[in-house]
This record gives sequence, C-alpha cells and structure tokens, in this order.
Amino acid sequence: MQKTILSGNEAIARAAFEAGVQVASAYPGTPSTEILENITQYQRIDASWSPNEKVALEVGIGACFGGARALVTMKHVGVNVAADPLFTLAYTGVRGGLVLVVADDPEMHSSQNEQDSRNYAKFAKVPMFEPADSQEALDFTRLAFDVSEQFDAPVLLRSTTRISHSKSVVTLGTPVAELAETSLKRDPGKFVMLPGNARIRHPLIEQRLEEMAEWACDQPFNRIEEGEGEIGIITAGVAYQYTREVFPDAPILKLGLVHPLPKRLIREFAARFKTIYVIEELDPFIEEQVKAMGIPVIGKEKVPICGELTPWRLRKAFDLNPLELAEIDEPLPPRPPNMCPGCPHRGVFHGLNRLKAFVTGDIGCYTLGFMPPLSAMDSCICMGASIGNATGLAKVLKAEEQQKVVAVIGDSTFLHTGVNGLMDMVYADSTATVIILDNSTTGMTGRQDNPASGYALSGQKTYQVDLEALCRSLGVKHVHTVDPYLLDETRNLIREEMARPEVSVIITRRPCVLIKHDVLEKRPPLCVDADKCTACKACLKLGCPAIEWSPGEGESKGFAKVDRLLCMGCSVCMQTCKFGAFGVCDEK
Amino acid sequence: MKSDVVTNILMVGVGGQGTLLASEILSEVLMQAGYDVKKAEVHGMAQRGGSVVSHVRFGKKVFSSIIPEGEADVLFGFELLETYRYLSLVKPEGTVVVNNLRIAPPSVALGQRTYPAEIADKLQGHVKNVQLVEGQQLAEEAGNPRTVNTVLLGALSNALEPTQEQWVAAIKNLVPERFLEVNLKAFELGRTIHT
Ligand SMILES: Cc1ncc(C[n+]2csc(CCOP(=O)(O)OP(=O)(O)O)c2C)c(N)n1
Ligand code: SF4
Repeated sequence: MQKTILSGNEAIARAAFEAGVQVASAYPGTPSTEILENITQYQRIDASWSPNEKVALEVGIGACFGGARALVTMKHVGVNVAADPLFTLAYTGVRGGLVLVVADDPEMHSSQNEQDSRNYAKFAKVPMFEPADSQEALDFTRLAFDVSEQFDAPVLLRSTTRISHSKSVVTLGTPVAELAETSLKRDPGKFVMLPGNARIRHPLIEQRLEEMAEWACDQPFNRIEEGEGEIGIITAGVAYQYTREVFPDAPILKLGLVHPLPKRLIREFAARFKTIYVIEELDPFIEEQVKAMGIPVIGKEKVPICGELTPWRLRKAFDLNPLELAEIDEPLPPRPPNMCPGCPHRGVFHGLNRLKAFVTGDIGCYTLGFMPPLSAMDSCICMGASIGNATGLAKVLKAEEQQKVVAVIGDSTFLHTGVNGLMDMVYADSTATVIILDNSTTGMTGRQDNPASGYALSGQKTYQVDLEALCRSLGVKHVHTVDPYLLDETRNLIREEMARPEVSVIITRRPCVLIKHDVLEKRPPLCVDADKCTACKACLKLGCPAIEWSPGEGESKGFAKVDRLLCMGCSVCMQTCKFGAFGVCDEK
Repeated sequence: MKSDVVTNILMVGVGGQGTLLASEILSEVLMQAGYDVKKAEVHGMAQRGGSVVSHVRFGKKVFSSIIPEGEADVLFGFELLETYRYLSLVKPEGTVVVNNLRIAPPSVALGQRTYPAEIADKLQGHVKNVQLVEGQQLAEEAGNPRTVNTVLLGALSNALEPTQEQWVAAIKNLVPERFLEVNLKAFELGRTIHT
C-alpha cells in the first residue's frame, strides 16, 4: 500500500474519498479549513462552502436523507451555530452515513475560546471518535461512516489543532468502487421530528448509546497497551502521544471512541492497577464519567485544564524532573500578527480611531484593527455579533453617545450571521452605523470564496450576492459604497453616517491583497524622501508592516522608511503625510 | 542509523518567510529516507507577519509531533529575534543555525521598543554550536530574495542523511514550477555552507 505524509486534515479528506462520500459541505474555520480545500481534488465528491455551519450541516443532512454519504466540517465554535440541526439529527438518525468533523483549538492559536467539543457528543447523544495522528484520522473517518450506518446515527469526529495541522506518515486505503444508490425515500416516522415522532425516537437514541458502549469494548480502536508498573493510564487523541512520550513504559488504555465510553473495558482495566491516571486535554470529560462509575482516578488535579497539553507540561504536572531550560533575561518585543501591507481594512480603522467611534467588532482579519496603533475595536464576541451588539448598545445610550456606535463586519461574516442582525437593527429602528468590510474573500482563514465573492469552492464562477441590494431589501435606506484606499473620503463618509440618527450601511470595497483571483492591479512601491520627512510620525499610526521608523542620530530627528519588498503601493500612507514625503520609488 | 533516538528540528521565522514550505520539504525528504516523521505547525493567525514555528521530529518511531522544551537538537532560524525567542526549546549541547537578518516587529518599527542587541552572542552563551548564515545575500545571488528558506535548507542538508537526489526530488515535488529553477539554485548555494 502506498505510504505518504499527510496532515490530519489531508487524511480526513482522503478518508472521505475512500469511504465514497458524495457530498461535503463546510464553513471555513481554523484548524478545520483544509479538509474541504483538499477534498476538491477528488472529482466524485460534490464539495462546497456554505455561508455558515448550520447551513453546512443541513446540506449534509439533505444529502444523507437522499441516501448518499456526507461529510460536514467546521471548527469547534462552528458547532455552536450548527447545534440546532445536530441535536435533532441525533433523533432522526441517518440514511447514508453522515460524519461531522469538528476541529478544536486548545491553546486558542486562532480562536476566541477553548471549548471542548467532546461535551457536544454527550449533550447531543451521538458517538464521537478521536484520532491521535493522521493514520487514525484516516482510519477513524472511514470507519465513522460505517458506524454511522450501522447504528443509524450521525457520528462526530473530533480533531484538534495538533491533529489537523500535524503531518505524519500514512498508509492509504483502497477507495470503495461504488457509490451508494441515491433516491427519494419517504419515512416520516424517522425524518419528520414532530413531538409524536420524536417521543418514539428518544428511547431508541438512549438504547443506541448503551448498545454502542458495550460494542465498543471489543473494538480495536479502544485498545490496551500492556506495560510495567502499578499505574494504569486512560487517554485519547493527541494526549495519547504526549502520554507515550512522558510515560514510555506505562500500561495504557487508549480510547479511539470517546463517546460513549466502553464501561466494561474501563472497569476491567482499572481493576488491574493501584492507581489510574486520566490524561486528557481541556475538560475532565473522560475523568468525570469514570469517577461517576465509582472508580477513583487522578486527572485534572494534576493535568492542566486550560491550554493545550505538551510533553513538557505533562512532565511538569507529574513532577518528572523536567529539564532546566535556558532563560532569556530581557523582555522581548512581541511579534503579533498584523494586517498585511496594502490591506484594504487598514484605512477604515485609521478613520474609526480618529473619529473616536465606539466599535462593536466581529471576527476576521479586521479584528486586527484592535491592535495598536489602530486600536479601534471595543468588543468582539463571535461571528455576526457586531451588529446585534450595536443595536443593543444604542438602545441604552443617550443620543450623543449613540452616534459613536459603529459595527464593523467582514463580507463573509456578514453573510454568515450578520444579515439577521441587520434585519433586526432596522426592525428596531436603531441609530447605529454598520460598516461591511468587503474584501471579496474570507481572509482570516486563508482566503476562501463566499457567496459575495462570486466564486464557488471549485473555482467556478457563480452568482455573486449584491450586498447593496441585500441591505436595501432589509430596509436600510442609506447604503453607501466607498473605496477604503481613499482615506479622507472614507473617513468623511463614516463621520456623516455616524451623525445620522438612522441605520446606515457603508460598504468599503477593495479586494484583499492576497486574493486568489487575478483581480489586483499592480501598484509600484512607495519611497520616503527623508529630506521632506519632518518626523511627525503620522504615517506610523497606520501600523503598516512596510513602514519602519529610522531613529535619528545627532541633529536628525529620524525619518520613516518603506520596505520596497513589502510595500503594495496602496498609497494610504501617502495620504496621511502632510509634507508630501511619500512618492513612487525611482526605478533603480 | 535508525536507532531509537528521535531527532528534533525546530524551524522558526516570521510569517511570509517560507518557514512552512521549508519544513514541508524537510519532512518529505526524511520520509523518503525511511524515517518515521512528524511535523507540527500552526496556521491561521500566524501567517499575517506573526511569529511562525514548525516542529519536525524524525527517528524510528515518533509519538508527539511537538518538540518537548529543551529537547530540540537543531534550532533553525530565519530571523534573529524569532530564533532568540525560542531558545528555551533547544538543548544546551544542540545547534543553532540562524539567518543573519533582523525584521522589526511592530513595536520596534514604531520606535517604541528596541530590537535586542547582539543576539548571536547571546545565543552562544546558551547553546554550544551557533552558526550565523548570510542567507539573504545568497538568496539574492540565486536570483530571488524570497528563496532564503531554500538557501537555509541547503545549509541544513549537509548535516542530514538524505542524499542530494532525495532533496532535489522533494524540492521538485513541493515548489511551484515557476519558482523551481531559482530554488534549486538557492539550495545549491546553501549547500556550500557547512553547518
Ligand atoms: C462560528 C465560526 N465559524 C468560523 C470561524 C472562523 N473564522 C474566523 S474569521 C472568519 C471569516 C472572516 O472573513 P470575513 O468576514 O470576510 O473577514 P476577512 O477575514 O476577510 O477580513 C472565519 C471563517 C469562527 N471564528 N467562528
Ligand atoms: S489576508 Fe487580506 S484581508 Fe487579511 S490582512 Fe491580509 S490583505 Fe487584509
């Protein structure tokens, strides 16, 4: 069999192909995004971005009710959005297998919270697999489709950043040759969840979990690795790897299915040891259930509950002589992420800062507008929240403060869950102002297309949502569009609309400089004439990575300098300079 | 060669320097050479000019994909400050190969903080072998300043087992066609540096 090196996400995509998946749908979100991007290489899968996770799951459910196997992927917080269909899908069960991949982000490398999705498996009463490397990501995903059909249940597969974005060696499997027959099939008792039907389904769901818990005791994905000593360890997922690293010879019960737990197997294992450790990342999910079985274990009293585990943290948790580490005895300047040079969002936040707006923010590259020196974001909760937050805030403020409230939201985020918020803002007769930052892409997660970009995941052109018309149809009377590279024009427009005691929407339109489609005009890089620079530092307030301050020596007060390799020539800095120090570089 | 020992290479740089592509090529080569390989990195926020870290581990059998603190054999840095930042991951008897390049982080670019001085010396105070490489110069010589990642890979390749052919094959496999020639040249120039 062919060996290759794959990330967890690539392995899941491959598994979907091998398992004969016919429909894959998702909304991007780190660390899950690359699964769908990789699936596009398999022609027989119809893969598409949905505007949000709820729609993605509903598309998957439709395909599965038609008899096809369907894969749906999202990041952990995406399940909050998709929870509504998920919980009832648990009752209906499936026709074709349905697997929902959820990628958690312990340590919050790219997320706003650290929720542990395993709790959803228990809450929604559906099975969940958790792979520990790319090989298991492939094997478990494939298996999850069989299990889904065998037990008539949607199956969750939990990944984490260290699974999704780690590469390891994988032996590929043989793809199924034939795809499932699809057809219309009416089965109201199963598919129509009215109270009467749901009351009949609920006991079946409980029974299904009990059967699975027993079945899982004898499956190879829940395995005991024999070892030495009087301490037995129960672990799962990536925590297994760290456990092996730190306790190389310990006996381990490694769980592949983290819900429902194989109770009999756990009892048998625990009975053999004096002490049981449960080593898991984030919540005491396994620990609490094992304790509820009456088995005393050591878990979160030692293993940290916040942040990701690492071999080092585990060693420290159990006082296993961690090494002395080299210490740096000076504070280092941090290197946080920043908007790209030429990013169309930069000028908007420069303007909001100068206007002293109170900005209810949202999630995307533009959230970086929070960072100094732009420092123009005052709240950020979840995708779509900016607009509702602004409506609520304006409700409780006096008129002059109301005018300060501006919601900012990206194009992808607006279509994700912002539209309802705007509908409500108009319905509530609010006074707030909304800025839709339309950079024609879903930037933060690596530039995916969305319904307002006019392209599908396949790269094909498709209908492009007309944002202006959409806003008007919701009842917004004042809809303006502006090029955010025009600094004064943008700021003046924001000022006027802030003052207006009615809902208005400003669409700032300019493509992301890293956009995947060939729509960018090439602009020559800029240079600073050091003699004209008066060291006022106005341009530095943009926080552009291409502008660096050259401190002066002796008489000189210093001057700004542009890195020509980084500069995109957007010329926003040029507009901040009152002394005409910026110009197009001489071709040298 | 394939003892139980796991070798750990940590690659660090600034978003946009090609750190991830370099670690991609490295792990592909190591797999082709018959090792068990794991590689860990974080995408997302890291890309926008932030600090980028990639862990590569290889040996007969590798468990964790991330390198435990204090256990990196080689710290391979594309930029001085980022290399310094991850010092605690490297073994005192390990090796640091660092590109002699300063990229100002935002607070330094704004003139609010200063870039730490004499980083190479400070590294030497903690780690046995520290080598400063003029990667930028060689990349310009190869014909594209953005190939500094491949120059540094060339330098690293001298210390590892895979053959020249295996490296070239991996580069051909992973570098886009239109940048291939200049990257192969950068790799050759890198190989003239002995680490
Ligand atoms: C519910 C949920 N799904 C997905 C994400 C991941 N995510 C963060 S920002 C973002 C998209 C941002 O796109 P857009 O609004 O167009 O702004 P841009 O980044 O392009 O500036 C996504 C998908 C999330 N944080 N929450
Ligand atoms: S990726 Fe695009 S939207 Fe994001 S910071 Fe860069 S230019 Fe701005």
